[in-house]
Amino acid sequence: MTIPPAPTPITAAPTPSTPATAGRGERPRLLGGSPRLAFVLRRLLRAAVSLAIVLVASFFLVHLVPGDPVRAALGPTVSPEAVEALRRSLGLDLPLGQQFANYVGGLFTGDLGVSVSSQRPVAATLAERLPTTLMLSVLSFLIAAVGAFPIGVATAVSARGGRRRAVDLGVSGFLGILIAIPNFLLAVLLISIFSVGLQAFPPAGWGQPSQVVLPVIALAIGPLAYLARIVHVEMLRVLDEPYITTARSKRLPGRVLYLRHALPNIVAASLTAGGVVLVGLVAGTVLIETVFVIPGIGSTIVSSITTKDYPLIQGVVLVYAVLVLVANLVIDLALAVLDPRSTIAEA
Amino acid sequence: MRTRFVRTLLTPQGVAVSIGVLVVIAATVFGPILFGDAASARDIASRQQGASLAHPFGTDELGRDLFARVVVATRVSVLLTLGATGISVLGGVLVGVIAAVLPSLARRAVNAFIDILLSFPWLLLALFFSVIWGTTATGAMLAVGFAGIPVFGRLVSTLASSVAGSDFVHAARILGSGPLRTATRHVLPNILPPLLVNMAVHASVTLLSFAALSFLGLGVQAPEYDWGRLLNEGSRRIYVDPMAAIGPGIAIVLTGVVFSLLGELFSERRRNAPLRAVRRRTRAETRAIPVVSDTEPVARASDLRVSFRTEDGGLVERVHGVTLSIDPGEVVGIVGESGSGKSVTAMAIAGLLGPDSLVESDELRFRGIDMTVEPTAAERRRLGLEQAMIFQDPLSSLNPSLSVGRQLREVSEIHGRVPRPAALKRAVDALNLVRIPDPERRLGQLPHEFSGGMRQRAMIAMGLMGSPRLIIADEPTTALDVTVQRQVLRALRDAQRSTGAAILLISHDIALVSGFCDRVIVMRDGRIVEELAADRLEDARHPYTRGLIACVPDMATNRALPLPVIPTDTAATAVAESPEVRT
Repeated sequence: MTIPPAPTPITAAPTPSTPATAGRGERPRLLGGSPRLAFVLRRLLRAAVSLAIVLVASFFLVHLVPGDPVRAALGPTVSPEAVEALRRSLGLDLPLGQQFANYVGGLFTGDLGVSVSSQRPVAATLAERLPTTLMLSVLSFLIAAVGAFPIGVATAVSARGGRRRAVDLGVSGFLGILIAIPNFLLAVLLISIFSVGLQAFPPAGWGQPSQVVLPVIALAIGPLAYLARIVHVEMLRVLDEPYITTARSKRLPGRVLYLRHALPNIVAASLTAGGVVLVGLVAGTVLIETVFVIPGIGSTIVSSITTKDYPLIQGVVLVYAVLVLVANLVIDLALAVLDPRSTIAEA
Repeated sequence: MRTRFVRTLLTPQGVAVSIGVLVVIAATVFGPILFGDAASARDIASRQQGASLAHPFGTDELGRDLFARVVVATRVSVLLTLGATGISVLGGVLVGVIAAVLPSLARRAVNAFIDILLSFPWLLLALFFSVIWGTTATGAMLAVGFAGIPVFGRLVSTLASSVAGSDFVHAARILGSGPLRTATRHVLPNILPPLLVNMAVHASVTLLSFAALSFLGLGVQAPEYDWGRLLNEGSRRIYVDPMAAIGPGIAIVLTGVVFSLLGELFSERRRNAPLRAVRRRTRAETRAIPVVSDTEPVARASDLRVSFRTEDGGLVERVHGVTLSIDPGEVVGIVGESGSGKSVTAMAIAGLLGPDSLVESDELRFRGIDMTVEPTAAERRRLGLEQAMIFQDPLSSLNPSLSVGRQLREVSEIHGRVPRPAALKRAVDALNLVRIPDPERRLGQLPHEFSGGMRQRAMIAMGLMGSPRLIIADEPTTALDVTVQRQVLRALRDAQRSTGAAILLISHDIALVSGFCDRVIVMRDGRIVEELAADRLEDARHPYTRGLIACVPDMATNRALPLPVIPTDTAATAVAESPEVRT
């Protein structure tokens, strides 16, 4: 994973392990006494506040650029009249309050402005390219999530038994290496091996199934390894819990012991890590789309920053921010459904 | 402190990290001096070459040696990384300290804002800022640095509030230390070590982000170059010379790993040493299930010895040759202080010790089943049905994610092959027996919805779901208050009467054990020191047992005198020396 988003501070409080007692009965039971509903409402409120911040930030982005953004966008050779004309057409000559009202009003009608370089409506460009980015990140996330659990559980179980130590060390080391390799580097490596060397997959482009394989692998492998390690560590923690000794004393078969008794107890931590991974994947599309020349919003943001196409930049920043908010919200809701205890535990 | 530092450096990981750090520093300081000429020398004749001995990473379109360029780029890459990390740390400390000083409401607002920023991935924040500061090396440094401020803001604010809440800071305040002095003298020194550790780890992330920005063409611009820029240029020529892209990639990954290992090396977090199996238990061949008569002992151990792995790989023996046997329906208590080996003995009899232990014995049987070997499927089934365990902490020994009903039904359904409705009926009966009201509703609840005493009674009920012949209760009442203890003991007694199972009760409370059991076994330092009928405790001959009994206060105890204690050297002749270490 290229940019492990916000590394967890090493000394920060550990994930609440047995949240059943924490905070129980201490908080005033608002909202009909359902902690789950309160949790969901809190998260919705937070998403709304985040959205407001994102709106303001993306609006002021253009105003924060030092110097004259319109001159920067057009280059030094363009006549002052053309600069003034563009300034007027972007609405940058209006009072700030008026500009903001127009901006927000435009958003509600789906109007994100017009690209400086292509003269096309920003909304149309984004609508055309968003599905590609969504498909890329969702496919990668599914592969990471589906692959991580068997690997994490299997390595934890064999490590707990004190058996196959060499295999376990090998797998952990391998996962560590995969986590350390940034995804854009992995993408370059995959191209040099599978496209240049073996000529098995095309090195760039989008549209045919064969063109999907390498980008998805490049994007999924780091998160897969990261999730697998979280599952591994969490599983080891749970297997040391007294209730697993209770389950062992009942002489339950391994399948029941690991899948029914241990697995449900790692859901909260795995989901939280899954949220980090999903958000990281969304950001990772910026790099992967650039490497594989995929026409998604990731490659768009890079090219628009290079050409200083500010309306387009604003639009893409907004869409990415909303994607992150939605990903976080989906994970929170999944947490509330799958592990109600974590909603009680949250302070 | 200093010796620990040196010791950490001398571990294999420490040596590897030190070498890595030295190499990075050397390349940063001397790289441009030693390789600067080679990196800029144009040689049109040998341009665009693949990897060779003369040019390990090949040459670029102007014939410059790429290996030299990668070495020279170390300085720019590392300095930009350090600069950005510095910005993140300074900004973070500022935000964190301001947050800590603010009144409660404003502090919560700042923290909520940090939380929101943290929910955005780094790369997106960095891209946002690089729009503002432009696509130059300085702009990228500011962008990556600012993107990291929330991380350190959150860290500093968490650390500061945990330190600020500690007793010694309160003490300093009471002694008249002002806010500024408190912050600089008492709070800051205590958050510095974790801050430094996180800085190193964060530098690794910064390095990768920088590489990513330059790779996207948004960081360092030509003719300057860092590793990301070289990777960008190299990836365009991947068909001719894969090493042109892989070379800078290796530099990025290795330096990133050095930074993050440096942080991990000095972090407080100790790695869990992987469990090492002492010896694999041999799997028994398929045997006929032994026929057990109901007059034979349910459990028998003879010369039982249990050893555990120590951290340095040796073995330490905790139980030194215990011999005991439990008759059908008998209630046996084991008493002893912490560390006397009573729980380990019970776990060995139950066959539940983990792979990090070594169990040796002349004989260890449960109703004819040899517990020294891996049980067969049929034996597992019988053990599941006929053995019941009750542990000290009823909250942690019930699975928090599964309903109580499900945990109860399991044994009947899996081992007893009872269909679900019948298992449910049985579970209701079991809860009734341990006097849990409204059992149908209770079965659908999760353990945390039960009170402590009810959980322990549910554990007892769980043991009744099979056909228990032996109930092992390891300190079943220690975690409960006195009134609840009585309910739990009554439930245990009821369970024993209704099933005729034997009970092995482990406790440190000799009064409790003598009131509940038929026979009392006194253990100390891994040995049985005395064994006697519960109603003949006053006949105890062993000084340790007499000491234990003397410690129990009764109504006649003179409250003016201190309570008696057992001297540690009591009966040094009879009781073992400290557990002998075998390697």
